[in-house]
Amino acid sequence: MARITMREAISKALWEEMERDPNVFIMGEEVGVWGGSYAVTRGFFDHFGGERVRDTPISEAAIVGAAIGAALTGLRPVAELMTINFAFVAMDHIVNEAAKLHYMFAGNFVIPMVIRTVSGGGRQLAATHSQTPDVIFAHFPGLKVVSPSNPADAKGLLKSAIRSNDPVLFIEHATLYQLRGEVPDGDYVVPIGKSSVARPGKDVTIVAYSKTVDTSLKAAEELAKDGIEAEVIDLRTLRPLDTDPIIESFKKTNRCVVVEEGWGTYGIGSEISSRIYEQAFDYVDAPIKRVHQADVPLPYNRDLEQLALPQVETVVAAVKEVL
Amino acid sequence: MADTVTMPKLGFDMAEGTLVRWVKSPGEPINKGDVLAEIETDKATVEVESGFSGFVYKTLVDQGTVVPVGTPIAIIAAPNEKVTDIPETGPSVIGEAVSSSKSAEQAPAVTEVIQTPAPVPPAIEHTFLRASPLAKKMAIEQGIDLRSVTGSGPEGRIVRKDVEAILAVEKTSSMTPTIVQPAPVLSKQSPVAVTPGTVIPPAAWVPGEIPADQTIPLARLRTTIGRRMTESKQQIPHFYVTHDYDVAELMRLRNESNKILPEDQKISINDFIVKAVALCLRQFPNLNTSLSGKDIIRHGHVNVGVAVSVEGGLLTIVCKDADTKPLRLISNEMRAMIGRARQSKVRTEDIEGSTFSISNMGMYNVENFAAIINPPEVAILAVGAVRQTPVVVDGEIQVGTRMKATISADHRATDGAEAAQFMQFLSTFLEEPMKLLVY
Repeated sequence: MARITMREAISKALWEEMERDPNVFIMGEEVGVWGGSYAVTRGFFDHFGGERVRDTPISEAAIVGAAIGAALTGLRPVAELMTINFAFVAMDHIVNEAAKLHYMFAGNFVIPMVIRTVSGGGRQLAATHSQTPDVIFAHFPGLKVVSPSNPADAKGLLKSAIRSNDPVLFIEHATLYQLRGEVPDGDYVVPIGKSSVARPGKDVTIVAYSKTVDTSLKAAEELAKDGIEAEVIDLRTLRPLDTDPIIESFKKTNRCVVVEEGWGTYGIGSEISSRIYEQAFDYVDAPIKRVHQADVPLPYNRDLEQLALPQVETVVAAVKEVL
Repeated sequence: MADTVTMPKLGFDMAEGTLVRWVKSPGEPINKGDVLAEIETDKATVEVESGFSGFVYKTLVDQGTVVPVGTPIAIIAAPNEKVTDIPETGPSVIGEAVSSSKSAEQAPAVTEVIQTPAPVPPAIEHTFLRASPLAKKMAIEQGIDLRSVTGSGPEGRIVRKDVEAILAVEKTSSMTPTIVQPAPVLSKQSPVAVTPGTVIPPAAWVPGEIPADQTIPLARLRTTIGRRMTESKQQIPHFYVTHDYDVAELMRLRNESNKILPEDQKISINDFIVKAVALCLRQFPNLNTSLSGKDIIRHGHVNVGVAVSVEGGLLTIVCKDADTKPLRLISNEMRAMIGRARQSKVRTEDIEGSTFSISNMGMYNVENFAAIINPPEVAILAVGAVRQTPVVVDGEIQVGTRMKATISADHRATDGAEAAQFMQFLSTFLEEPMKLLVY
């Protein structure tokens, strides 16, 4: 087992899948000679060649549209969108075609396609390039939405995504590429649609995913100093959503804080809260608290940007509020 | 098909009942046999079970309302069923637990033209209890009244730890022996409740340890007992007749019978007395009656009530048609009903319809006492302990086995001679108990 970065873990998963299955190929802006905007595909062009590592024009609609066409003919494309903010121009292809063709053609076609993209703020990329609109995509039946919080899950989930016959939106967080963690060597696969317990505890349940798992784990460390043992649940997959570990945890702790980087209105926290109220109402001992991005376009100014994003202190404060 | 639940009749003289509490709320699923509501009658607070399965479609009366017997109180419907013909309850509901006849008496005379506002019935108090769903669930499971719990959450919300705190206190107090606790003793002559074998607390004068006076609100059961007993003792001219019975043969027969009975089916002395009293009442129909206005109602059934002490008061459980039942059946029925009464699971049929009552304090080693009549009955039998005592037989003093009993009777319905004859006739069963086995 090696201690590698998130970037290396994603790169390894891609590399191994391309070695394993000749139908897997990559396409996107600057994924070839340049090696990808986040350097995930560095070295791929020289090894696999231009046929399987394809640079594209700057047109997200074209990238996703072409990937859907390739998937329909039996290939397994991995399309990279430089950021999720650009997925909006490919929205029709993603939600109206990728998510629906299998259904509308009565199951006669499958779309074994992965869209890798980058979400999240915190890098001073300003309002249009720093959004975390993950939940919008999780709204649509027919699409799987995956967003790992650590290198091991990133490798295992990306392999599952590539092998899935359904279209998968694979969301990487812009500030997690340098995060290091133990990653099993070889063919390590994590199933899509399974939440996990990132940290066991008994006093409060913190539900998070992607970057906010890291934030929540740090908050849990802070809380532990006060004798509060928080259980942190990592969703890993937004759709299909696995609430079993959440409900199980909540029945034990009776209190919950949901942490997401996106906006709170119609957000993950709203969804998780509702599921808890529906499935474990009799176990509720305090109102469920949501921690999320301030309800404003994300500021460019560094201090204001940090102020608008969920921080360790905001999670700690929220937990103390529900206890 | 929706079903209507009506105010049950829990005794021949019951005309109305107070709906104390809805256990199930509209929208909640309910199974046949589940407790739907708590109803207070003159005798006790009882649980009303649903006779149907489905969900509570609608409750028709508010908590605290006095409702005549037979009035629809709730609709149980099948899931997704839409009920259209909901019975009207409004006009027949008597109102809050306030006597309406009083206001009629106090109404101003017709000649006085005074604009008095119509008496407004006191509004039913809908107090919102701020408690978390978990705290409410725990309270139901543990039988805790949340109104007695102080909430520590935001805005006084009762949360899990508040309920847990109450449970911890209850656990501790139930584990503490009550008498062993050293109490301040003023002098060696101070009376201390001591039963044989109890550790006597050390005599000590510890200043500052005398507990402060406590004000404890009367529980519903105590209030009901208090009201009925006051009414009985004030309005019924009681008289008392005491008789001493030779129960040596009864004790011998009981011991013999119990040798061949399973451990959990032993017959008690009281079972014999219930049967004996029931058979006597057949011969003395005038004591198996109720007074109702100017009439004496002679009951066809002989239903013997037996007072059972429960937490915070007593309940009278009823052995129906005890004169026609074999002794073992009486014994088994009594055991089941006493068990339910002590576990607060008494059924309406357990406490309804008694025509004569027995109060037995033999287990407390009481020699003799007089009981208060349980209206509208006209007599009650108070039974003391079986004891060894010197008796004179043919001019010789011997050791006898005796038991005293005292009948309290209503002089409006009967007289001393009749009560004395009843007590004498009772001896023909208690002193020749074989009759109780063959009747």
